[in-house]
Amino acid sequence: MGVDASFAGREYPATDPYQVGREHVREFAAAVDAQHPFHHSVQAAQEAGYLDIVAPPTFAVVIAQRAEQQLIADPAAGIDFSRVVHADETFTHHRPIVAGDELSTILHVDSIVERAAIAMVTTRCEIADTAGNPVATVVSTLAIRGEEA
Amino acid sequence: MSAPVFNELVKGQEIGERTISVDRAALVRYAGASGDRNPIHWNERFAREVGLPGVIAHGMWTMGSIINVVTDWIGDPGKIRSYTVRFTRPVEVPDPGSAEIHVAAKIGALDEETLTARIDLTATCDGKRILGKAQAVVAL
Repeated sequence: MGVDASFAGREYPATDPYQVGREHVREFAAAVDAQHPFHHSVQAAQEAGYLDIVAPPTFAVVIAQRAEQQLIADPAAGIDFSRVVHADETFTHHRPIVAGDELSTILHVDSIVERAAIAMVTTRCEIADTAGNPVATVVSTLAIRGEEA
Repeated sequence: MSAPVFNELVKGQEIGERTISVDRAALVRYAGASGDRNPIHWNERFAREVGLPGVIAHGMWTMGSIINVVTDWIGDPGKIRSYTVRFTRPVEVPDPGSAEIHVAAKIGALDEETLTARIDLTATCDGKRILGKAQAVVAL
């Protein structure tokens, strides 16, 4: 059993809004040792013109990962998560994510390519605010090793 | 440190380097904070069963941690417009102990029209490169 390549090209409905919590931003920043004051101090962030503390550059993975579950946790897609390794990741920030944002994500399955015993699955999460303005694009490629690989 | 000025930057210029340390506790903390609870990042038995040499760091922990050198240089995390990494070699995290990752960042390209700089990152563990392309574009 392998990955079902017919999932390529699929687009999922927008997720329910994800609320970016201030303490979650601080906890994520601490977990990657991001000590910049804009990640932690509301006052410092607001003095620089932000509405609230600024999420670290890779925080959007938290939101993207949730959306990607629609594909990864779908048994029909045939993705064995224990055999997954991360191949690459790209964030494009249309504007910085700040605490208090409510963000909805549309998951696209951009490609599924099988090479030898490895399937490469590329997903794209288009993250937007509640008004529909683009906030971030997260492109992720997972490599799924086959049983014999 | 004052913010960098576009006209004073030179392609190839080094903007920072540092060595960061990762132990199992850091991986558990990242698993909790990120929601990525894949057992390959905290369970030795599980990691070996799926053919890995042992517990490995989340690629996203590495990606999230090495960018601090850029954030600290540019002085504002909101100025990081894009960031891309290709993971080529997993970082095995021993227990007891820790793995040390060395990161160096330099200016890869300057764009006068958009007033942005491309920062190229190099990360090594035990002298071996752990990433392929690793680039961030920052606004100045």
